[in-house]
Amino acid sequence: MSVARAIGVVAVLNGGGRLIEARGVVRSFGQTPALRGVDLTVNAGEILAVMGPSGSGKSTLLHCLAGILTPNSGEIWFAGRRIDTMGEKERSELRRDRFGFVFQFGQLVPELTAEENVALPLLLAGVRRSGALARAREWFHRLDLDGLQGRRSGELSGGQAQRVALARAVVAEPEVLFADEPTGSLDSLTGEQVMNLLVDAARAQGTTVILVTHEPRVAAYADREVIVRDGRATSLVAGQAGS
Amino acid sequence: MSVALTLLGLLEREPMHGYDLKRRYDFWFATDKPLPFGQVYSTLGRLARDGKVVAGDVERGSGPDRKRYAITDMGVTEFEAWLTEPAAPEPHLQTVLLAKVVLALMLGRPAERYLDIQRAAHLSRMRELTEVKRSGKLVDALLADHGLFHLEADLRFIDLTAARLSALEEAVRA
Repeated sequence: MSVARAIGVVAVLNGGGRLIEARGVVRSFGQTPALRGVDLTVNAGEILAVMGPSGSGKSTLLHCLAGILTPNSGEIWFAGRRIDTMGEKERSELRRDRFGFVFQFGQLVPELTAEENVALPLLLAGVRRSGALARAREWFHRLDLDGLQGRRSGELSGGQAQRVALARAVVAEPEVLFADEPTGSLDSLTGEQVMNLLVDAARAQGTTVILVTHEPRVAAYADREVIVRDGRATSLVAGQAGS
Repeated sequence: MSVALTLLGLLEREPMHGYDLKRRYDFWFATDKPLPFGQVYSTLGRLARDGKVVAGDVERGSGPDRKRYAITDMGVTEFEAWLTEPAAPEPHLQTVLLAKVVLALMLGRPAERYLDIQRAAHLSRMRELTEVKRSGKLVDALLADHGLFHLEADLRFIDLTAARLSALEEAVRA
């Protein structure tokens, strides 16, 4: 177990299972409000789907929870620490060391090979190149990407590129994986493969997943869902509904 | 769709004669297939027998059909339970869902909440089918796919209905 994960686990144990929490989060872009007071709790190890119509604020919420954006007001807590008041350097380290990210269009570094892309989080965390590449290569077999280690992103299909992006997101065993429409650019079958791999990897590592999607078939991989509409989050619970 | 429960909902808005009740029902819920008068009165008779509506005295000089029906507390309770109970996530739920939404808007009840209840029931079923796909045989997975696509279509219908609630509310309150 990594030191970061151990710290997180202790914090979670102290906090009764809560790993991430948003309290009254408000965020606007200029005069346009995106989040109008979001309260949300994400428990350690769960897979949470964040759903909602286009422009509802679900990606903005993900970016706030991940420390990419800071709210105008309200609080973001992770593993017992308030992160919205951290400086950029500290938040950057948090994202690098404890979070993983998958976006709709892979966003691989085009100058790097597939295995260098996967190894990138480890290299940034100070792992020696040979060790980082060795750990990266393990994922190529697990994600059915054998033989593609030396290719660059332009030489990969959409599904292959997204699996490489997934490998990059989980190679450092993050505590939280933030996935923003991870299958949005893929056909149904390829999207299904990516989701199966994502869920398998998260379950194996005990990773908490926050999954933004507008697709019910993707949300169905999650343990529970919240819906964001008009900048507020509502939990969906079978048999009842409420904030 | 339950005609009896829909009639109860319409009566919660205001007491009505059987004829007006049928016209209101046909306008909102049976544009292709009007509700027969016989079914309206037999349904009202059963509801009255069961204590869910009460029929007023016959109003003089107004023809044979001039009883005004009103919902009772027991009827309100039954209607409320129906509204908050999600329909089984099976095909062709659009009629019952639409009836609940229209009636909720007519009565100033939280229609969006009822849609969320249904959305949660659908997603719960989709989660079960997704688990079947992840752990079952290929044939089971294909059958689960079929169910998932139908449930997804329903959810898109629910999403679109939610997006049109404001317009629908204006229409039902006009």
